[in-house]
Amino acid sequence: MIDKKTKFRRLVYAAFVLFWMTAPLYLNKYFIDVLNNVALYAVLGLSLNIILGYGGMFHMGHAAFYAIGAYTTAIINIQFGVPVLLIMPLAGMMAGLFALVVARPIIHLRGDYLLIVTIGLVEIVRIALINNVFGITGGANGIFGISSPSIFGYTINGIVHPHHYYYLLTAFLGITIVLFFLLEHSRFGRALRYLCSDEIAAEGSGINTAGYKLAAFVIGAFWAGMTGTLYAAKITFISPESFSFWESVVMFMIVILGGSGSIPGVILGAILIIGLPELFQGLQQYRLFIFGIALVIMMIFRPQGIIPPKPPKYPVNRLDKSEVVL
Amino acid sequence: MEIFFTQLTNGLAVGGIYALIALGYTMVYGVLKLINFAHGDLFTIGTYLGLSLLTSLAITDKLGPVAGVILLAVMVMCLVGIVGILLDRVAYKPLRTSPRLSAVVSALGASIVFSNAIMLVYGPSTKVYPHDILTTRVLDIFGLPVPVMRLVILLTSIVLMIALYGFIQKTKIGTAIRAAAIDQDAARLMGINVDRVIMLVFFIGPALGGAAGLMVGLYYGQIKFTMGWIYGLKAFTAAILGGIGNIPGAMVGGLLLGVIESLGAAYISLAWKDAIAFVVLILILIVRPTGLLGERVAEKI
Repeated sequence: MIDKKTKFRRLVYAAFVLFWMTAPLYLNKYFIDVLNNVALYAVLGLSLNIILGYGGMFHMGHAAFYAIGAYTTAIINIQFGVPVLLIMPLAGMMAGLFALVVARPIIHLRGDYLLIVTIGLVEIVRIALINNVFGITGGANGIFGISSPSIFGYTINGIVHPHHYYYLLTAFLGITIVLFFLLEHSRFGRALRYLCSDEIAAEGSGINTAGYKLAAFVIGAFWAGMTGTLYAAKITFISPESFSFWESVVMFMIVILGGSGSIPGVILGAILIIGLPELFQGLQQYRLFIFGIALVIMMIFRPQGIIPPKPPKYPVNRLDKSEVVL
Repeated sequence: MEIFFTQLTNGLAVGGIYALIALGYTMVYGVLKLINFAHGDLFTIGTYLGLSLLTSLAITDKLGPVAGVILLAVMVMCLVGIVGILLDRVAYKPLRTSPRLSAVVSALGASIVFSNAIMLVYGPSTKVYPHDILTTRVLDIFGLPVPVMRLVILLTSIVLMIALYGFIQKTKIGTAIRAAAIDQDAARLMGINVDRVIMLVFFIGPALGGAAGLMVGLYYGQIKFTMGWIYGLKAFTAAILGGIGNIPGAMVGGLLLGVIESLGAAYISLAWKDAIAFVVLILILIVRPTGLLGERVAEKI
């Protein structure tokens, strides 16, 4: 049943999980912090993947949703002293609500136009944050002193003890992977992929394309907003500079280079784009230059990304009787 | 009144620059239906090349400011045009038959490569153009001050645009470009070398962008390697505003956006200046995606 390729794939995944789980035993603070960033961007990449990978919508304003989550967390935490982990769902909801409002009128735009509009969107959000909109975002200086998350009275400080934060982020990444895997294989995931590969055919088959696209946007934004909470609580300080257009570009590259629509691909993308440059400190300034070249080369030789999604299989013997019509 | 007038002339000068860059977007879009994301960075390359040539060759000292700057502009335009052709060869030509979005990602990659290459060559800090090349005189028109440079920029961009429009409308090569824009296959059947046309488009567009870059350098004096994408986005907005693929549209859109932006900065809020262009972009795409002068086309945006 299982061919060699699948076996090899599984072996690599198992080795990776093993490495990830045991990393705090032998890696120092610095590298654990690097892995923390990898995990953070992996989650962001996965949330963007719902919009860009499954939905096929060229969205380059993901940093806007991330920013809204982080700012919601910071403001509520500072103003009302609510523990950050409790704010997390609210941060997600704020980002999702924002996505619902802004994505509604632009959802029908064709790929490249959507790209430009979402770039505009992230810039507008950043400018709004800098201009201290509503007087609560702290302007260009940002917001200081966000408290660290605590679980059962045990505080997890992301700066002093990256090891502790590592477990929190790993848990969140794990939950994300499981949920998004289920989503990918659900009716919703199938519909998204269908409308991504042929929108007219999907609409003809009775799929509410605009509704599904909007739902993808909202789910992706919700998750990015929750990730914003973890980011804000990790470094305890946020400013508009952390949510620039380049942040969106990085998330976009993670998905496109890794393999859009593929969970392992996106995780690999995060490792390559966030983790790898840390190993070559001397080349840090060449980082974006090299990624730019990689983007061009990938599009010419392997546009589907390094690990493209596996073609979906629907084995007849595992289907429900009612689903098989012969 | 004086504020209004100052902002109006300022907006027209900036708008002329946007229009010149927008022409590059619109021409490439017209022929290839591709948004050349790297175009803003070609503009930056123009600015930096202008600075390099200006300081290393010292032409303005030898030939006098006017002749020197004209020669400089010709050199910058040729060089940036060649970079444009190379860009097309390397990043876009292999993707002619791929899905359109692959080419868009490739363009994005090229944009990142260009801006970072500039950073690696010239360093990340802001560079400054020499001050005293062109006149800083201020004319007095009916008691309202108008810096000469603003007029020079506006006139230069209008002259370049009219020259381009004449070239496209009146010459044989221009006809070939228009034909390729309408239907590449039919143009090929009529004996037009479409590859040559695309090459030409990738020369002219970036050359105009390079000219705009030089003007920005000479007018504002300060340049930075990241400036390309914000100018690029605004010029793209201008192209959309006028109707993308439409050359007079790019001119109208550019000037209009420049004026909207500077009046908005003056009367609404300076801090939100950069956001104005994006709001215009989003509104125009929602309300009238074909732009002001764009024709209703069957293609859905």
